[in-house]
Amino acid sequence: MNNRILTLLKKDIVLELRQQHTFYGVLLYIASTIFVLFLSIDQPAANIWNGLFWVIQLFVCINTVAKSFLQESKGRMLYFYSVASPVEFIISKLLYNIILMIVMSIISLALFFIFLNNPVSNSLRFIGIVILGGASISMVFTLMSAIAGKAQQNAALIAILGFPVILPQLLLLMKLSKAAFAEVFKEGAVLQLASLIIGLDALVVVLAIILFPYLWKE
Amino acid sequence: MRKSWWKILSFILLAYTIIGGFLLDVPRLPILNESIRNLYFHVCMWFGMMILFIISFIYSIKYLRTSNHRNDIFAANFAAVGSFFGVLGYATGTIWANYTWISDQNQSLASVLKEPKLIGAAIALLIYGAYFVLRGSLTDIDKRARVSAVYNIFAFAMLFPSIWIVPRLVGSLHPGAPGSDSGNPALNFNDIDSRLRIIFYPAIIGWTLLGVWIATIKIRLQLLKDKTLMNA
Repeated sequence: MNNRILTLLKKDIVLELRQQHTFYGVLLYIASTIFVLFLSIDQPAANIWNGLFWVIQLFVCINTVAKSFLQESKGRMLYFYSVASPVEFIISKLLYNIILMIVMSIISLALFFIFLNNPVSNSLRFIGIVILGGASISMVFTLMSAIAGKAQQNAALIAILGFPVILPQLLLLMKLSKAAFAEVFKEGAVLQLASLIIGLDALVVVLAIILFPYLWKE
Repeated sequence: MRKSWWKILSFILLAYTIIGGFLLDVPRLPILNESIRNLYFHVCMWFGMMILFIISFIYSIKYLRTSNHRNDIFAANFAAVGSFFGVLGYATGTIWANYTWISDQNQSLASVLKEPKLIGAAIALLIYGAYFVLRGSLTDIDKRARVSAVYNIFAFAMLFPSIWIVPRLVGSLHPGAPGSDSGNPALNFNDIDSRLRIIFYPAIIGWTLLGVWIATIKIRLQLLKDKTLMNA
């Protein structure tokens, strides 16, 4: 089982490396969005910077993760159906999207630091929060992409389905990232928030594993 | 008669709620004053909404287990009536907020709208809005039932923490926020006056039964419409 998950994961990564235009497309998307931000506002205050950063993450995630199920053609899905179990398939997709989203998050964080100012006082902690956030956003949108893949006009549907579901996590992440902005928290509050987000992530993974087999059979 | 006792019970309880709720004595509190009577309406709407959503969630699980089309109709209609109760909860809440937070406490509109409990309820309504959009965009009946059941289960599981955990971590204008001595004012037996309790608890049951009643009528209508389909 682990072997097959790794094989599926490898296939996704190899595919990404071969079809580099999609990867560079997303990179260009991130760069141009942040460039537009740089031109429209210079030196945003810490709370605006924080809000902008997470909203950009959300849109980047929709653009990267959305295609994970939309790009698979019907014939290819049928092939996966015959060689792998749905649980293996969804775990490999989750892992792949987490890796992809963490890479994208770090790139956009670097661009934010370069183009906009740097209000973060504790960079190392903020990078940790960004990795956690990127992982949790990508997991939710992986399942949303699987659901939307079943419907028509699916690209627009992902945003409609995903935004209300991601809101609680996004609110928690924005609150947590204030810990890296020299804001004073109550003793243990940072740990409590982080563990709440990790708990939600665990819930998402469990639900994805339980629910995906029902989406899978056609 | 044997099957309709709960409808009669709902009617009696709601008649009692409305008559007793407006005429019986209530505690006089600063700011709240007579508006405390809204407790019998506003809070009950949220109870009704949550219970209807839980029923919808259970029917979605049942659908995935049995693939019986009836369960899908049940889930969709309970979700619809639940959302309707949510809208009513907002409507009754705005009246209450107008006379307490806005005019007596001089809260700005922005601080009222940032209320964590309002945000939680907004998330709930957005989720079920998305649920109906998803249902509308799928044309195949079996696929629609299966995909929307999956979304319903997932969304409900994500909704639960945002309504029950997040508001408890942050400050709130509502009673029962962190820092005050009570957890949930509606369920805290020490926090709510006994004069309110004798109407409040029957009111919750009455409104919830009314919601279930509306849902069953909608379901029966839908089952009649789909009769040819179900037998085919």
